[in-house]
Amino acid sequence: MIKKKWKDRIPSLLFFLFLLGMWQFLTITAQIPLWILPTPLQIAQALWETRQLLWMHTLTTLLETTVGFLLAVIFSLITAGIMVLSPWIKRLIYPFLIISQTVPLIAIAPLLILWLGYGLTPKIIIIIIVCFFPITISLIEGLELTDRDLLNLLKSMGATRWQVFYIVRWPHALPSFFSGLKIAATYSVMGAVIGEWLGSSSGLGVYLTRSSHSFLTDRVFAAIFTITLLSFVYFTLISALARIALPWIAKDPDDNLN
Amino acid sequence: MGLTLQGLSKSYYNPHLDRQMKIINSLSFEIETGSFVSLIGPSGCGKSTICNLIAGIESPDCGEIMLDSSLINGLSGNIGYMPQKDLLLPWRTLLENVLLGCEIQHQDKHNALEEAHKWLNQFGLASFTNHYPHQLSGGMRQRGALLRTILFGKKTLLLDEPFGALDALTRQEIQRWLSSIWNQTRHTVLFITHDIDEAILLSDKIIVLSQQPASVLQELIVPFPQPRNPDVLLSSASLDLKKELLNLLIK
Repeated sequence: MIKKKWKDRIPSLLFFLFLLGMWQFLTITAQIPLWILPTPLQIAQALWETRQLLWMHTLTTLLETTVGFLLAVIFSLITAGIMVLSPWIKRLIYPFLIISQTVPLIAIAPLLILWLGYGLTPKIIIIIIVCFFPITISLIEGLELTDRDLLNLLKSMGATRWQVFYIVRWPHALPSFFSGLKIAATYSVMGAVIGEWLGSSSGLGVYLTRSSHSFLTDRVFAAIFTITLLSFVYFTLISALARIALPWIAKDPDDNLN
Repeated sequence: MGLTLQGLSKSYYNPHLDRQMKIINSLSFEIETGSFVSLIGPSGCGKSTICNLIAGIESPDCGEIMLDSSLINGLSGNIGYMPQKDLLLPWRTLLENVLLGCEIQHQDKHNALEEAHKWLNQFGLASFTNHYPHQLSGGMRQRGALLRTILFGKKTLLLDEPFGALDALTRQEIQRWLSSIWNQTRHTVLFITHDIDEAILLSDKIIVLSQQPASVLQELIVPFPQPRNPDVLLSSASLDLKKELLNLLIK
């Protein structure tokens, strides 16, 4: 089965290599200068040469995203749980949830840095803000069970509210919870980079802005590559977790990356 | 003794017509302990409301539901209820699904597991214990749902059109099989169905319901001894019964 999976991916892998080759070929023949568009090989070289520096910045971003993401998950679990158990609180909080999503992040981030300084805290808060919404909404959707027949069956067996929650609502919510986590994981890296970009001493966002200001375009691309890789690692990790946590789902059709 | 309904009525508010609609009107019947009784009626006559009342999901406006001479109005957990859909939880294996009732009622796990394995064998599901519902056929899922109802451990079962969604062949097979299971266990069964043949084949007594608001139109005794051979459906006594039922139902 795993072998077959690899076989399925060979065409897209070959196509990717072909695109890289075209890029390499065209930039050389058109004599595009390094500071406008580096070739893939130059980017690889930049990656290798600045690997220690990159690794150091990556560690900062990794720390921010992991802490921010985990905190967002905890807050989402609490909020969604309360909102599902009490419709009154749900009506109270729901508008604020929507508003939190419509306020532009790029406007809040400088404020947070103004208030909290250049440390890790403002970045973690930014990440919590971007991750909280997709996770909470997907959880609420999953926890809100609409199948009256199923609820009646449990009621006929004399199930308590808590039993209905952990026997039916929670497992029912898991698939949608994991889709929320996947979205949030990629958002979290983006949030961290934006936060670092606006003011920080370390992190991939800092590496990115510094390289860009110095016209070290090959390093900008190296940063883009690292950021993409980081998001991809998170995504893969959560997909793997989902497969372990959801053994009844044979194959997730939306999950083409894995 | 057994299950007795006495003068049961229930109305709902209908927002479209802006008035109370009477669904059940002074419904009374009795099911003796260990007998198999079918409830048959025109569609939309209020059978699902009757189910909800007996299963304790809702309370009647007036009247009494007595189980072995104790009042169970609005009390759930006294009757094994099997709804129309199998409602197996997709994230639970068959074994975990059939043990659902035991888990909710906090019954002894070890005993329940032993019992479940014994029954899974009898239900021909032993080799599917660790399968998820989506890996099972419709007939198997329905048997799983029935097993969940039996393992709930109550002597009285309420089966609401359990085979309605199955194809004709699977349906006949599962009817025979239910009959053989029932002849071993002798649960008190209230079986709700649309299918006249099914009612004649399985039950000791058939209760015919009127149009909404539902009340008892007639009670018919099915005179064939249990256990039955499906061939009884071809006898002339059975055909007469069928004619009578059709006359009552289609007017």
